[in-house]
Amino acid sequence: MTFVDYYKILGILNTATSKEIKTAYRKLAREYHPDLNPNDRDAKKNFQEINEANEVLSDPEKRKKYDQYAKDWQHADEFEKARQQQSSDSQRSGYSGGQSGADFSDFFESMFGGAASGSRGRQARYRGEDYTAEINLNLIDAFKTHKQTLSVNGKSIRITVPAGIENGQTIKIAGHGGPGINSGPNGDLYITFSIANHSKIKRLGNQLYTTVDLNLYTAILGGEITILTMDGQVKLKVKPETQNGSKVKLKGKGFPVYKREGEYGDLTVTYHLLIPANLTQKQKELFIKLSES
Amino acid sequence: METEYLIAVAEFCASHKIEISFIISLQRNGLIVIKTIHDAAFIDVEQLPQLEKFVRFYYELDINLEGIETITHLLNRINTLHDEIADLRNKLRFYE
Repeated sequence: MTFVDYYKILGILNTATSKEIKTAYRKLAREYHPDLNPNDRDAKKNFQEINEANEVLSDPEKRKKYDQYAKDWQHADEFEKARQQQSSDSQRSGYSGGQSGADFSDFFESMFGGAASGSRGRQARYRGEDYTAEINLNLIDAFKTHKQTLSVNGKSIRITVPAGIENGQTIKIAGHGGPGINSGPNGDLYITFSIANHSKIKRLGNQLYTTVDLNLYTAILGGEITILTMDGQVKLKVKPETQNGSKVKLKGKGFPVYKREGEYGDLTVTYHLLIPANLTQKQKELFIKLSES
Repeated sequence: METEYLIAVAEFCASHKIEISFIISLQRNGLIVIKTIHDAAFIDVEQLPQLEKFVRFYYELDINLEGIETITHLLNRINTLHDEIADLRNKLRFYE
């Protein structure tokens, strides 16, 4: 266990008055509070340290105890003895900041127990910490509404992932965050989706795009080809004299529109003409005749 | 008909040990919406996380109403920018 210098964390001297402690704490809390730094893990960690330092130094009793142990820190045995004698308190107050309040250092837990006494008077009810999680999907997974089970803080949560979810999109699962403080409501769970696309089909919102190879003869004379879409193979009629790079739009063959059942974007197919290679002498002669006609 | 989930402002204030005048000030500054039913003030539960955030700003961080208003605008802008970044990343991925 490492000694934690609470004075250093708050940037104050060990002779600081309670007013100076409060000022230092508020200044740092305004900088690192999770409400002001959404999704910033470093800020959250810093804030927890600041909060812990304030929890100890703003309480005269705790501060006294801390100062004594800090002075005698070299005598680890004595500290251990004292630790065993200490009793843990039952409540804590202070910033919720969307925090569960359970994140104290080993040092703090050893000295004051896992919970701290309510030193601030305002024993308010706070909602619990908001949790964040990430789910990795393939494009094909995002194409259909499906159930997904994820583990958050040791709990299994089964969620429905609506078709058409976007890469980077975040959804909120209410009440599945950390437990509330003083019977406050639970926090929420925010899930961000990361969607990988390894297919030849590219997605832009609900619109899908793909390129298909077309042989010269089908391009000139027309015909029928089979192409792969998100929900299976589709036969496509190719008009005679189709040009390289020309596009056709398949209505309703795109990506599902998020939370609008039965609505789909379009699939745009771009033709890429393949010029025959390794021609035989006979074929070359036929092309020469064709070019002269 | 959709069910509305409302919390009495008086109950919220009692639970958080804060003054009702603070909630009224938030409403006056356009930061929350209060619904009045039979002369009693209520807030929609959807606003609860935001309201609790304002309580923390004001009572714990000592930020005044003007500060809360400014922070709220900036946080909203950050959220909008995050959404734009995600959108642009997806577009960029399309051309990669």
